[in-house]
Amino acid sequence: MELVDIGIKFALVAVIFGISLVVAMYSTYAERKIAAFFQDRVGPNRAGPFGMFQPLADGAKMFMKEEIIPTNATPFLFIVGPSLAILTACIGSAVIPWGQNLTVGDKVIPLQVTDINVGILYIFGVVSLGVYGVMIGGWASNNKYSLLGAIRAASQNISYEISMGLSIIALLLVTGTLSLGEIAQQQHGWHWNVIYQPVGFILFLVCAFAETNRTPFDLPECETELVGGYHTEYSSMKLGFYLFAEYINMFISSAVMATLYWGGYNYPGMDWVTAHVGPVIGPLIGTGVFFTKIFLFIFFFMWVRWTIPRFRYDQLMDLGWKILIPLAIANIVVTGVWITLAS
Amino acid sequence: MESLSNKKKQLTVKPLNFWERAYLPAIVHGLSITMSHFFKKPVTIAYPDEKREFSENFRGMHSLKRDENGKERCTACGLCALSCPAEAITMTAAERQKGEEHLYREEKYAAVYEINMLRCIFCGLCEEACPKEAIYLDGDIVPSDYLRKDFIYGKDKLVEAPLNQ
Repeated sequence: MELVDIGIKFALVAVIFGISLVVAMYSTYAERKIAAFFQDRVGPNRAGPFGMFQPLADGAKMFMKEEIIPTNATPFLFIVGPSLAILTACIGSAVIPWGQNLTVGDKVIPLQVTDINVGILYIFGVVSLGVYGVMIGGWASNNKYSLLGAIRAASQNISYEISMGLSIIALLLVTGTLSLGEIAQQQHGWHWNVIYQPVGFILFLVCAFAETNRTPFDLPECETELVGGYHTEYSSMKLGFYLFAEYINMFISSAVMATLYWGGYNYPGMDWVTAHVGPVIGPLIGTGVFFTKIFLFIFFFMWVRWTIPRFRYDQLMDLGWKILIPLAIANIVVTGVWITLAS
Repeated sequence: MESLSNKKKQLTVKPLNFWERAYLPAIVHGLSITMSHFFKKPVTIAYPDEKREFSENFRGMHSLKRDENGKERCTACGLCALSCPAEAITMTAAERQKGEEHLYREEKYAAVYEINMLRCIFCGLCEEACPKEAIYLDGDIVPSDYLRKDFIYGKDKLVEAPLNQ
């Protein structure tokens, strides 16, 4: 009995890990294809039908490339950097509720690796660890551009984590729990948190862009100023890991946004559907809906990337400290007053 | 100070209003513009697979023509080389021997005829200069290659295929 549960857990972990990697892999393809469509182009279309095997070809290329460790770099830290980046990107998915509990026979299988009661704090911890990969890599390269990129990444992530945390506090006032599983359950029906926290959602969205180093906040890898930013000196799969970590981060933060604000696996008419198709297919449809939401967010990330130009560094800091943080605090106050008056 | 041309204009930067400073409306507008492009037909022409339609007077690769009996028209007069502004054409003339009448129309022919495609500017002056209507720029785009020497096209590439007897 115990052993079966552990086996199921391991299977779930393996499946989620695999899915994150595949999604990240095909995000690179999607990004190039979507970029092409936004620019009236065709995009990659040579490898396989519609260029579907392009990510495989890219991956093979990354592995085949010569691995260079610069003479003046710190070899150990140089390798630790990308490893840490991909590690922290991957462990974030552990607390995300991917769907309702599956009921197979008399067995209830939760579609969440672990529902720890401080799920949001765990996510925050992982996110703040993520910047160490960039920092260590940039510092170990012993290259001024890498160092500048790393410093930018560090200060940017720290600044935006504050307003991200503050925007979450307002959400916590509404939900009253830190567990992601419970937050997803509470949004059953039409009680999606984005309806109660529209400002909080926009703040969180902006901060998510900054935390994942996506345009318009991709200053750490700003080519025009810093050659390649923190990964200037990286080649081969170590570079691949950095790029990969960015896409996994994007996937995880899309999942977090969908869970926290857009109802997670909930969709209208869910009970009716579950009652008709049974306790196995029903939750799986919910999971499908959840993934649809995630993909819409990923698409939005890419859509914004090809729309908005990069911020200047002082503008970035202005936005973070002078606009987002006061707005987030005001949001907390308004939410607090509203909840007090409502109860 | 009075400007000399009287065209001087004093420009002032208007301060941004609240919505412009908020930036979000501008972002939404930008997103709608990019989205409108998302559904547009790509303008790409996948070149080696499909070709853009050329105009009628398109000037591409040269070809040395044959007459109705399949004889080479060129008589190696050198007018094309003389007219060429890029000095891309060189040739060596030779006299037609007995028994070669079915090959060359005139008594003199080009034994070697070379065009350096890297020098050629496809102006078409050789075409205009030719008194024998022997050279026309009616071919395709010159294909790419790896070595410079391979862009010097000789008669093997320039002369039209012989007529089917």
